[in-house]
Amino acid sequence: MLEIRNLKKSFGDHEVLKGLSLNIPSGKITVIIGGSGTGKSVLLKHIIGLIEPDEGQILLDGESLYEMTSETLKKQRMRFGMLFQDAALFDSMTVYENIAFPLIEHTDWSEAEVTRVVKHKLEQIRLPGIEEKFPSELSGGMRKRVGLARATALEPEIVLYDEPTTGLDPVTSKAIDDLIVQTQNNLKNATSIIISHDIPSTLRIANQVAMLHDGRIVEVGSPKDILHSKNPIVREFLDPVIDQIGVA
Amino acid sequence: MIKIVNLIESWVVSFVLELGGFVTMLKDGVFALTKTPVRWKLIFKQLEFIGVNSSLIIILTGYFTGAVLALQAGKAFRLFNAEGATGSLVVISLLRELSPVLTSLMLAARCGSAMAAEIGTMRVTQQIDALQVMSVDPVSYLITPRIVASFIMAPLLSIVFSVVGTFGGFSVAVGVLNVNNAIYWDKIQQYVDMEDLWNGLAKALVFGLIIAVVGCRKGYTTSGGAEGVGRATTQAVVIASVSILVADYFLTAFMF
Ligand SMILES: Nc1ncnc2c1ncn2[C@@H]1O[C@H](COP(=O)(O)OP(=O)(O)O)[C@@H](O)[C@H]1O
Ligand SMILES: [Mg+2]
Repeated sequence: MLEIRNLKKSFGDHEVLKGLSLNIPSGKITVIIGGSGTGKSVLLKHIIGLIEPDEGQILLDGESLYEMTSETLKKQRMRFGMLFQDAALFDSMTVYENIAFPLIEHTDWSEAEVTRVVKHKLEQIRLPGIEEKFPSELSGGMRKRVGLARATALEPEIVLYDEPTTGLDPVTSKAIDDLIVQTQNNLKNATSIIISHDIPSTLRIANQVAMLHDGRIVEVGSPKDILHSKNPIVREFLDPVIDQIGVA
Repeated sequence: MIKIVNLIESWVVSFVLELGGFVTMLKDGVFALTKTPVRWKLIFKQLEFIGVNSSLIIILTGYFTGAVLALQAGKAFRLFNAEGATGSLVVISLLRELSPVLTSLMLAARCGSAMAAEIGTMRVTQQIDALQVMSVDPVSYLITPRIVASFIMAPLLSIVFSVVGTFGGFSVAVGVLNVNNAIYWDKIQQYVDMEDLWNGLAKALVFGLIIAVVGCRKGYTTSGGAEGVGRATTQAVVIASVSILVADYFLTAFMF
C-alpha cells in the first residue's frame, strides 16, 4: 500500500502539486490521467523518491519515504521499477547491456543466467534477437518495450509507467497494454502505477483511475465510476474522446 | 551607481555559488572512492578515452611547441653567441609551464567538453534519473571515474608533451640553427633539475582535476534539452580554460 498525503511542490513560483492525496492499493493497476503539464511526471518522480516535496508525505507500507536514510531509500527503491516517458535507455549501451544492467548491478548471477533472463525478457516483449542493437537503432515503440524489459528485469513489486503508450500507433499501444497486464500477472501481486493520456487503454486495463487536475486528485474510482462521473472536470477530459470512439 | 554595485554583488554571489558547486562535486566524487565498489572498468575506460585517444594531439602540439620555442630562443641566443643554451631553455619552459598548461588546455577542449556533453545528454534524457531509480549512485558511476582518470592522465600526458617537445626543440636547434648535437643535451643536463619536473607535474595534477570537475559539474547540472547540452559544453571549455590559466599564475607564484 502506497499512501500519498497532501503533497505540495513548487518550482520557483510555479506551484505544480497543491496538496495531492491518493491511496494506491497493492496488487492493482492504478492509472493516473490528466492534461499535459499538470504534474503527472512530477508526481511519479515523488513516488520513486527522485524529487522531494515541499510539504506532505508518501508512505510505503506506513513508512515515510522522505524520512528514510539514503541507504534505506536505496534498498526500498529496489522494490520499484520505472519506465520513463522516453524510455531513458542508456544510449552508450546495447539492448542487452541495458536490460542486463540492473541484474549485473544488484545480483551475483553468472553471465549465463543474466543472458538467459535477458533473452526471456526480449521474448516477453516480442523483440527477440535485438540484443546487439543500440537504442538509436530502434523505433520509439521498441525503445519503450526495451525500457519495460529493463524496468521489470528484477521483478519489482511496484512498477511505474510514465505514458507508456503516448505517441505510439494503436497496434503498438495495444501490445504495450497487453505487456503491462501480463507483467502485472507475471510478477506476483505487483502494483502498477500508470500515467496515461490514452483513455481507451486506461479503461481497458485499470483497476483504479485517478484524475489529476490543477495540482490535486479531483476524482478516484473504478473505470466505470470515472466513465459515468458527473464531475465537470472529468467530463471535459473524457467526453471528446468518448464521442470520438464511442466507448459508452 | 547602486545598479552597478548590485550587478557586481550578484556576480560575486553567483561566482561563489558556482565555485561551491565545483568543490562539492570534487568532494562527492572523491568520497565515492571510499564506498565500495570502486568501478575499475569505468575508470579504465576513461583512462583510455582521455589518455590513449588524446596522445596524437598531444604529440603534435608538443612537437611544434618545442620546435617553435627552439626557433625563437635560438635566434635570440645567437645575438649573444649562446645558441648552445637553447636546449635548456626549451626544456625548462616545457617542464615548468608549457607542457602542463598546453596539455591541459588541449584536454579541456577535447575531454572536458566531451564529459559535459555526455553527462549533460544523460541528464536531459533522464538517463541519470534512470541510474538513480535503479539504485546506482550516479556520482560513483559517472563522476568519479572521470575525475580519477583526468587526475592520472593530465600529468602523464604532460610528460609525453615535454619529451616530444624536447625532441622538437632538438630537431630545430640542430637541424635549422646548427647547434651542436652534444651541446644541446649537455646544457639540458647542466641547467634542468628535478624540481622543474615536479613543479610541472604538480600543476598538471591540479589542472587535471579542474578539467574533470568543471566538465562533470556542467554536464550534471544541465537543463533545457539539446540547447542546454550545447551551452553546458561551451561553458565547460571556457570555465576550465580560464581556471587553468588563473590557477597557473597562483601555483607559479606559490611554488617558484
Ligand atoms: N525539474 C523541474 N524544474 C522546473 N519545473 C519543472 C520541473 N519538472 C517539471 N516542471 C514543471 O512542472 C509542470 C508539470 O510537469 P510534468 O509533471 O512533466 O507534466 P506532465 O503532467 O505532462 O507529465 C510543468 O509546468 C513543468 O514545466
Ligand atoms: Mg510527463
